[in-house]
Amino acid sequence: MQPESAMTPGLEVTVLVSVGRHPLTGRARRADQDARGVELARSLADAQVRLLHAGMRDESSEAALRGYLGMGFTELSLLEQSEGADVLPALAEALDAASPHLVITGERAERGEGSGLLPYLLAERLGWPLVSGLAAVESVEDGVATLLQALPRGQRRRLKVRLPVIVTVDDAAPAPRQSAYGPARRGAFEATAGPVSADDEWASWHVQPARPRPKRLKIVKAASARDRFKAAAAKAEGGSGQVLTDVTPTQGAEAILTLLREEDVLR
Amino acid sequence: MSDLPRRDPRQEWIARNRLHPRHAEVLQEMGRGAASEWWGPGGLVRRNPHAVGFVGPNGVKRIDRSGTQQGACGGGTATPIAERKPLVEIDAPAFMIAVVPDMAGGRLSGHDRDLFGLARQLADADPAARGAVVAVIFGPHKEADVGEAGIDRLLHLDSPEVAGYAPEARLGALIMAEETWSPRHWLLPDSKLGGGELGRRLAVRLGERPATGVWQVEADAEAATGWHCTARGAAGSLDIRRPLPRIALALAECAEPVSETRHAAVELALPQPLPSTLSRIQDLGQVSVDPSGVALSEAEFILSAGNGVKDWQGFHHAAEVLGATEGASRVAVDDGFMARDRQVGATGTWVTARVYVAVGISGAIQHLQGIQTCDKVVAINMDPGCDMIKRADLAVIGDSTQILEALVTLVAQAREEKRDAA
Repeated sequence: MQPESAMTPGLEVTVLVSVGRHPLTGRARRADQDARGVELARSLADAQVRLLHAGMRDESSEAALRGYLGMGFTELSLLEQSEGADVLPALAEALDAASPHLVITGERAERGEGSGLLPYLLAERLGWPLVSGLAAVESVEDGVATLLQALPRGQRRRLKVRLPVIVTVDDAAPAPRQSAYGPARRGAFEATAGPVSADDEWASWHVQPARPRPKRLKIVKAASARDRFKAAAAKAEGGSGQVLTDVTPTQGAEAILTLLREEDVLR
Repeated sequence: MSDLPRRDPRQEWIARNRLHPRHAEVLQEMGRGAASEWWGPGGLVRRNPHAVGFVGPNGVKRIDRSGTQQGACGGGTATPIAERKPLVEIDAPAFMIAVVPDMAGGRLSGHDRDLFGLARQLADADPAARGAVVAVIFGPHKEADVGEAGIDRLLHLDSPEVAGYAPEARLGALIMAEETWSPRHWLLPDSKLGGGELGRRLAVRLGERPATGVWQVEADAEAATGWHCTARGAAGSLDIRRPLPRIALALAECAEPVSETRHAAVELALPQPLPSTLSRIQDLGQVSVDPSGVALSEAEFILSAGNGVKDWQGFHHAAEVLGATEGASRVAVDDGFMARDRQVGATGTWVTARVYVAVGISGAIQHLQGIQTCDKVVAINMDPGCDMIKRADLAVIGDSTQILEALVTLVAQAREEKRDAA
């Protein structure tokens, strides 16, 4: 599909939403990153946002999915799947049919394997580019999106990509709005039966609740008894720093500036 | 002349026999220094206890009662540990294990080193058929000796195509490496620094189902690859035990880093240059972010104020000019000069900055706990005896107001010069 300038007013956005898991209680909720993705889509001007979910439909997951409806939607497309099924074929088919301009997902699911592979698999299957870890969508003009990617340490990177594109949302994206109870109750599920393919490999693995990881021991590797003793008796804070006494403020400032330049923190 | 020490048994015998007429003379010769005893003018034997013994290889004084003082030339000859490590060279590897480290800031992080430790574990499992660890490094790096991390082969790609955010070009390079050497396993860090993304792209392109969030790998004869791994799933709430696939994305501390051997790190090259593919994603570079908006716990450069700061206007100005995130000690917060969310320390935020400048902070233990993981600490203080000076890598004793003023002037000057030159 060729992007046209005329399409910008009606930017079609599909947000893939999943059922999350509360980290403490383990109850079903709207997944945090997916909710951030919905918030991101809501903040786009002139966008037609559609919610898409592939998964099992039962009481708890329906309650969780209503959380997304409460963010200002009247309906949510649901591709019904059996438990533990591979949702990729169903999603790829649905996206291929709808062919939106922008697909927004979270980085990884809060249930199941949670490998974070789904957006990459979809991008490969549809042949679209993928941008990961988004903090914001700055603008969409003439079929080109300017995106702000979140980097570690609070840094941001600006990217430009031609639509259609799949983006994943980082935890640095704006926090989702609260889900309103009334719209959540009123919203409807538009269920369609998609292709279901079982995930046999997942079924063959041994899955158990995470146990705490062992703490790494501090191993002192010393050739001699003296080195071992020194390592055991040494204070945690070594006093090997350089101390400048009786210097003029300018000399001191120069020394600090040299260190800042070496560490490359001045911009 | 060979460097082998030659022993003269007769001289050694004379050295042991204090009654021998040539005893003092021989000791002079062998002891390479002052004699420890001699006949005084009054006929008494005089002894110099300080001349007895020698300094051993570890810098401790040793007394050798046998009379021959071996190793008398002192402790300066001890070779650094790095050189004493045995060098391992694998000329004809049975297979390859490829590792793509993050190399954040051009250096191997702890996470990368753990990954190389894991790769060595996989490569060295069978001593009869050892594998080689191939590191694929993008962009320039600052590591002096990459072989220390356990790298047998090094593929260093430093062309402009793979610079910056270029996941598609990097993926192309990895695919080429896959076709050339077809490694038995690909190991990547499951991190936000690029490794997690690149690993997933590679796995999808190769049609493999990778293991993500791997934190433990164990040998298992029943598995197809001979290894089992334990991986975190479902936002860290599940442990998935499964056979180790070809591509694994591992968490930090998945294995012990290599510490006892050095490896050759022989340079490899791709058979043909990288194809210049048109990237669909255009990198417009990093955006300058407001340092005061960055969370204190993840800020890279923090300028922190304590009780010693008197000129608060000057401090805020300095933070703005340097582009540093502001922090504070508890005293400054309690006195109302700084906001509570800026407090660094055990009762505030534990920071992970690379550079931490402490202005007028004496260094209470709670504060020092909070800055444990900082790489470089700079202290500006009036008191040369305070704890912060002991912790600091660079300490300047003096009035903080004047030093900050001078620093601001210097930085402004440097910027001005740069602007003029440009």
